[in-house]
Amino acid sequence: MLRRPSVSLVAALILMAVLSAIGAGCGTQASDSYKIGALFAVTGNNSPLGTPEKETAQMLEEQINAKGGINGHKVQLIVYDTESDETKAVTLAKKLIEQDNVLAIIGPSSTGESMALIDTVEKAQIPLISCAASAQITTPVKKWVFKTPQSDALAAAEVFDYLKSKGITEVALLASTGGFGVTGKQALEAAAPQYGIKFVASESFGDKDTDMTVQLTKIKGTAAKALIVWGTNPGPALISKNAKQLGLNIPILDSHGIANQAFLDLAGDAANGVILPAGKLLAADTLPDSDPQKSVLLSYAKDFKAKYNKNADTFGGHAWDAMTMVTNALAKVGPDKAKIRDELENLKNFIGISGVFNMSPQDHNGLTKGAFVMITVANGKWTVLK
Amino acid sequence: MSTEQLVQYLVSGATLGSVYAIVGIGFTIIFSVTGIINFAQGEFVMLGGMLSFWFIRVAALPPPLAFLLAIAATAGVGFLLERWAIRPASGSPVISLIIITIGASILIRGLAGQFWGKDAVHIPPFSGDDPIRLGGATVVPQSLWVIATMLLVVAALKLVLDYTMLGKALRACAINRRAAGLMGIDTKAMSLVAFSLSAGLGALAGVVITPLTLTSYDAGTMLGLKGFAAAAIGGFGSQLGAVAGGLLLGLAESLGAAFISSSYKDAIALLVLFLVLLRPGGASGEGG
Repeated sequence: MLRRPSVSLVAALILMAVLSAIGAGCGTQASDSYKIGALFAVTGNNSPLGTPEKETAQMLEEQINAKGGINGHKVQLIVYDTESDETKAVTLAKKLIEQDNVLAIIGPSSTGESMALIDTVEKAQIPLISCAASAQITTPVKKWVFKTPQSDALAAAEVFDYLKSKGITEVALLASTGGFGVTGKQALEAAAPQYGIKFVASESFGDKDTDMTVQLTKIKGTAAKALIVWGTNPGPALISKNAKQLGLNIPILDSHGIANQAFLDLAGDAANGVILPAGKLLAADTLPDSDPQKSVLLSYAKDFKAKYNKNADTFGGHAWDAMTMVTNALAKVGPDKAKIRDELENLKNFIGISGVFNMSPQDHNGLTKGAFVMITVANGKWTVLK
Repeated sequence: MSTEQLVQYLVSGATLGSVYAIVGIGFTIIFSVTGIINFAQGEFVMLGGMLSFWFIRVAALPPPLAFLLAIAATAGVGFLLERWAIRPASGSPVISLIIITIGASILIRGLAGQFWGKDAVHIPPFSGDDPIRLGGATVVPQSLWVIATMLLVVAALKLVLDYTMLGKALRACAINRRAAGLMGIDTKAMSLVAFSLSAGLGALAGVVITPLTLTSYDAGTMLGLKGFAAAAIGGFGSQLGAVAGGLLLGLAESLGAAFISSSYKDAIALLVLFLVLLRPGGASGEGG
């Protein structure tokens, strides 16, 4: 079997090797386009977050390239699907950094995935603009890590402010066991004493659980006057349904994690009455004209609806902020990772979808409480809470 | 903790347990007739729910027709699985056939995700959403449908297995495939029947549970695992064992979440499975 390979066979193999090496080299050094990496959870649990994020980023890529790119350079957005999986997120990040040679990475979609990437981007010295909410992503501050969503710590403060204004001090908590739920629970438990709020029950649910009647029954038996639910869909939708079934009549406060159409669709009637802090996008048309964000919000909502025939939501908005920050930085300082990072760190008065950003070396999120409004669901629609 | 709460926990446990029981029965049928553990069983449940959603929302069919079509279509998938994936490999050791079913489950899940997207979907409950008070607990009508369906399935299966020729043939294969073949029973056809039947039953479980729990392309994974646990607890050969196993599992989950910790709900259920597998006879209770 092991005859000496013929000369032509060896020549063919060498030729193939040479051609693929040239090809690979060509691939990664393509033209002089600006490469931006993106990691979104397009599939898996977090797909309601990752899908609009990907769509928004790609919409912006098209808009920029249609206008001739950045200073004459085309923008190339390389999007990978993390499948809502932290391990995959790390592998794909390495791929973006080492093989695709991107200048910055936007995303990932979830807290768990973002936390997993911190070491990788710090070592590789590449800016990461996460689209996930936990305050822990940017506190303590890491040199290369930024995020665009409002922090869960801020959301917690809004929720507590509301409860305090209603004179409610005994509260039950139902948090998901995923990254968002776990860090949210920590933020809530840490801040509660300052508002005089006590958790009389603290239960958990899995992101893929199908029935929460047991936890709610337990909560019903306590003195809780309100329920805080902290997680992303579909869990909170099921919780609202189960609560209605059990006749649990206390006010339900959710996190900004449910601020999309999926919650309304899945919870149906049970969604009415739920209260949550959310970015202004959900109720943009009811904002006063003097609001600095209003025109940016309305134009994003319009463009997104025109292109994808569905409503834009806050999650896509986080990607809008991240992508726009990166492309603005590129326009100012060119394709240099360190300069882009510096530019991001010193961003002032950036009017985005998630809020008005003011970054600093100590604050890589750049938002304050003003980025949220309290919203409720009335007749199956999002309305600003008066 | 009041009696009201206890009753609520028991009802939740029984509802969940009934779903696991139906899935477990699916595992048991295929195992007893062919010796294969069909890891695509969970996916059949998912297909029942997803296809119903699709027929109702997209094809705008009336729900009862949509449900029947969904069950028939899924039974068809089971049929195809046996015909195209299992039968061609029928000379191989059982472990290879089991691995083939794992591959099938991944394929079905992937295709469902591509075709229907990754989001959770909802189908309307059979008889409305208004909760019923039952001895201190509130139950939605759909939970009662789930439990009733499980009981119906058990009764219907008993009838078929004990009083029809087909049923006798299936039982013969379960007792000893070789001997059944020698007695003139077409074991290949029985294998086909077992897969189609289990697929149809899985789909039925999916149809009744989805109005309660929503479904999504990957809902089959956890359900399949828990159905497998139910069948294992009951000793793989017996239908009633699967029912007992399913109910036990559902109650363990519910009471574990209530009295121990809701964070470890799944862990408790899987612990029960683990303990069962450690029995001297192993999962099937044979030997020892």
